[in-house]
Amino acid sequence: MTAVGTERRVIRVVVNGVPYEREVEARLLLSDFLRHELGLTGTHVGCEHGVCGACTVLFDGEPVRSCLFLAVQADGHAIETVEGLAPSESELHPLQLAFWEKHGLQCGYCTPGMLMVLKAFLAEHPNPTEEEIREAISGNLCRCTGYQNIVEAALSAAQLMRQS
Amino acid sequence: MPTRIFGEPIKRAEDPRLLTGRGRYTDDIDLPGQLHVAFLRSPLAHARIRSIDVSAAREMPGVVTVWTYADIGPCQRRMPLLIPHPDLTHPYTRYALAKDEVNHVGEPVAMVIAESRYLAEDAVEAIVVEWEELPPVVDIERAVQPGAPLVHEELGTNVAAHYVGIVGDPEGAFSRAAHVFRERLIIERSAGMPIETRAIVAVWNDVEGVLEVWDTTQAPIVIRNALAALFGLAPTQVRVIAPDVGGGFGCKIMVYPEEVLVPYAALTLRRPIKWTEDRLEHFVGTNHERLQIHDAEIAVDAEGRILGIRDRFLHDAGAYTPYGIIVPIITACQLPGPYKVPNYHVEFRAVYSNTVPVSPYRGAGRPHAAFVMERLLDRVADELGLDRAEVRRRNFIQPHEFPYDVGLIFQDGAPTRYDSGNYPGMLDLLLQQMDYDRLVREELPRLRAEGRFVGVGIACYVEGTGIGPYEGATVRVEPTGQVYVATGMPQQGQAHKTVLAQIVAEELQVPVGSVQVFEGDTAHFQFGSGTYASRSAVVCGSAVALAARKVREQGLQLAAEELEVAVEDLVVEDGRVYVRGAPERGFTWAQLAQLANPLRYAYAGDLVVRPRPWTGPTLPPGKQPSLEATEYYSPPHATWASGAVGMLVEVDIETGQLHIRKLWVVHDCGKMINPMVVEGQVHGGIAQGIGGAFYEKLHYDDNGQLLNASFMDFLMPTAMEIPRMEIAHQETPSPLNPLGVKGVGEAGAIPMPAVVAAAVEDALRPFGVRITRMPLDPDQLWRMTHPESS
Ligand code: FES
Ligand code: FES
Repeated sequence: MTAVGTERRVIRVVVNGVPYEREVEARLLLSDFLRHELGLTGTHVGCEHGVCGACTVLFDGEPVRSCLFLAVQADGHAIETVEGLAPSESELHPLQLAFWEKHGLQCGYCTPGMLMVLKAFLAEHPNPTEEEIREAISGNLCRCTGYQNIVEAALSAAQLMRQS
Repeated sequence: MPTRIFGEPIKRAEDPRLLTGRGRYTDDIDLPGQLHVAFLRSPLAHARIRSIDVSAAREMPGVVTVWTYADIGPCQRRMPLLIPHPDLTHPYTRYALAKDEVNHVGEPVAMVIAESRYLAEDAVEAIVVEWEELPPVVDIERAVQPGAPLVHEELGTNVAAHYVGIVGDPEGAFSRAAHVFRERLIIERSAGMPIETRAIVAVWNDVEGVLEVWDTTQAPIVIRNALAALFGLAPTQVRVIAPDVGGGFGCKIMVYPEEVLVPYAALTLRRPIKWTEDRLEHFVGTNHERLQIHDAEIAVDAEGRILGIRDRFLHDAGAYTPYGIIVPIITACQLPGPYKVPNYHVEFRAVYSNTVPVSPYRGAGRPHAAFVMERLLDRVADELGLDRAEVRRRNFIQPHEFPYDVGLIFQDGAPTRYDSGNYPGMLDLLLQQMDYDRLVREELPRLRAEGRFVGVGIACYVEGTGIGPYEGATVRVEPTGQVYVATGMPQQGQAHKTVLAQIVAEELQVPVGSVQVFEGDTAHFQFGSGTYASRSAVVCGSAVALAARKVREQGLQLAAEELEVAVEDLVVEDGRVYVRGAPERGFTWAQLAQLANPLRYAYAGDLVVRPRPWTGPTLPPGKQPSLEATEYYSPPHATWASGAVGMLVEVDIETGQLHIRKLWVVHDCGKMINPMVVEGQVHGGIAQGIGGAFYEKLHYDDNGQLLNASFMDFLMPTAMEIPRMEIAHQETPSPLNPLGVKGVGEAGAIPMPAVVAAAVEDALRPFGVRITRMPLDPDQLWRMTHPESS
């Protein structure tokens, strides 16, 4: 008996600017592919049913839940994960700086998802209100922070990014 | 002047790694040759196992083995009872894999070990179990009726524990009371629900003969000790590491079946083994909390002063009692809160049901207690026509009355004795912050005149924090200048690496960045119990302070000898120890560490160790070659934090939606090590408390099926539901510990059901409703405001 989806396929994806070619099972989740095939464990998994947002990555620039995607669906696409957010080894992205400054994380488990969602959001809304930020992250659950400092961090990151 | 580091909002040392995706959570660990585990869990709430057939599963592709109870060797012993109590007369713990009976949906029955998680899950599907269904016990009120079906037949009862606590003369108080009010108050089942589920990776390190385990636990030393005892290994042959952990909130402290089975598989199969819980498993396989049904009554005099309280409650223990009766004991002891209750009768029965076991979740019995107490006081105020704040003021324990004995034995076996506090000051600060008088006299009437259903609530609470038994820490100044700190407490986001470093940096006057904190790894520290009960800063922080002070003394002593001056003539500043008024005469901490350790140093730039004339052994007896100390701190009893919250809500009676318009918080956790971290803890607790007041309820049906076991159905608040919080601090130092600190981890969660109930009830006064059950939801609010339709 072969389980559904166990046939294998070769996929080509670009993750954080690096091209990869891998043979994967058709049923392999994109989140598992990133974490356990590529070793990019910064993308977290909190529910595997599309609600918590911890697994959010950018898929051709758009935030998606990598637990709701199969790795094979990423074939030919560009993925960006939290590991690709900082401009260099020694520098942080304004969002990362602001989260650090404003205590926008505690356990850090929801954080990569929050950062990726906010990256996409701030690109389109450089001058958001608090309300807009709350709405933007309303698909991401955080159990530690009560969101207040995440919101503060996002406001401050937006300001930093406008200045630069 | 010494630099102030303790008390400063210093940015967290943890963050750069976590922000760049370089955290290491348990599931991030993939070891070469690793096998994966998936469990078959009971689909039924109560059943006997007639037979299990794993033969087909064993033949599935990639399957290494499939285990049932018969195959698990030393793990066949019953899981431990971690916290016994004399009143827990009928304890009951499970087997790691069900032996012949299952007692809740989700109980582990068989374990597949395969080359990948996907293949392991495939094989779980191929296991065939023949069940004999037994009647499920879900409703705890029915469970205590005579003739009710039993969860554990051999116990002959569903009552695990019956506790009675009496202070003063409750009967007398009730007989002479001007007024007596009764309420039946219910707080529903919920759970901590960290965003990271549980996970374990285990490997037998054959070179060193050590079992290495990475575990999402809040108590790695407890797990290490358990595994050593279970497998007949020396404790040093087991290393348990709690790496980055994605939230705990109580549910990750336990010895769960998976925590012994996965290491056992690693020992037996000699391959690395990983198990990561999926979210459905978490809902049915990780402990819950909260359901209690209280029948409470309060006796007051004509002025609303409390004469006595009587409370009888049922506590849902779930299917097993591995963690004893800690939760209801805390409820019983903390129910009086910040108020004088001279006469008190509290009684509970902890009742088995065929549901997931109950153990502490942030708040741990305290939200229940505060809900009961604050509801009773609101009732007194409303019935006597008094302001709700005034009733509280009349009943507070006064600042000069500390230490104050509640009269009961707390969860740690010590007296429930409040060490310090200023409850009237705390309430005044809150009312000021709220501009309470204006709010109640002008704002509310104005909004109500516009036809809006707005209301205000306040609630006060205390929290016994920082309980024993003890924690310890090692502090060492390295000859390279860094300061090494090791403790047994792991963190799940509470910034230990930052706040413990602040304590040491303050004592030694070194840059906080030079202090390196190692935690949650039994290879670094061997003694202690873990992170729970809002105790890290108090118990571990105090141990760290004591060790750092010892090192400071050692440094001063050594410098005094070398410089031939008295210790009193030395100062510790700028990372150095030097003669007062002559900064050039002194040493850096690195130099002192070198002086303490008379070796040859390679690459040491500012070497101060010089050849000396012979005077005897280089390291005389009684001297150690380091500036290093290990100290333990064991509190005499809990230290009591407190707080007050105020809330302005609006109910949309057309949709039943609740809008929290304003939320004010005053909290007092004694001295704050890092106010930024403290506020973060308060924020998080409040958010969870709001979840427990309006959104989150684990819903079991009569068959013991959990109906909302997903994030789609179990609603946790998002950034849209959690309002902005305005926090004010009051600092009443604890006299019990060297830092004057009190715990803050659970604080925010405690008063939220109480304050939401109060505010909603106030908003719905035109409908004359009383809020007696938590959490609320839109449906309940709609029914309350549309009595004709229900
Ligand atoms: S893990 Fe993908 S949304 Fe929760
Ligand atoms: S920081 Fe822990 S879940 Fe958000």
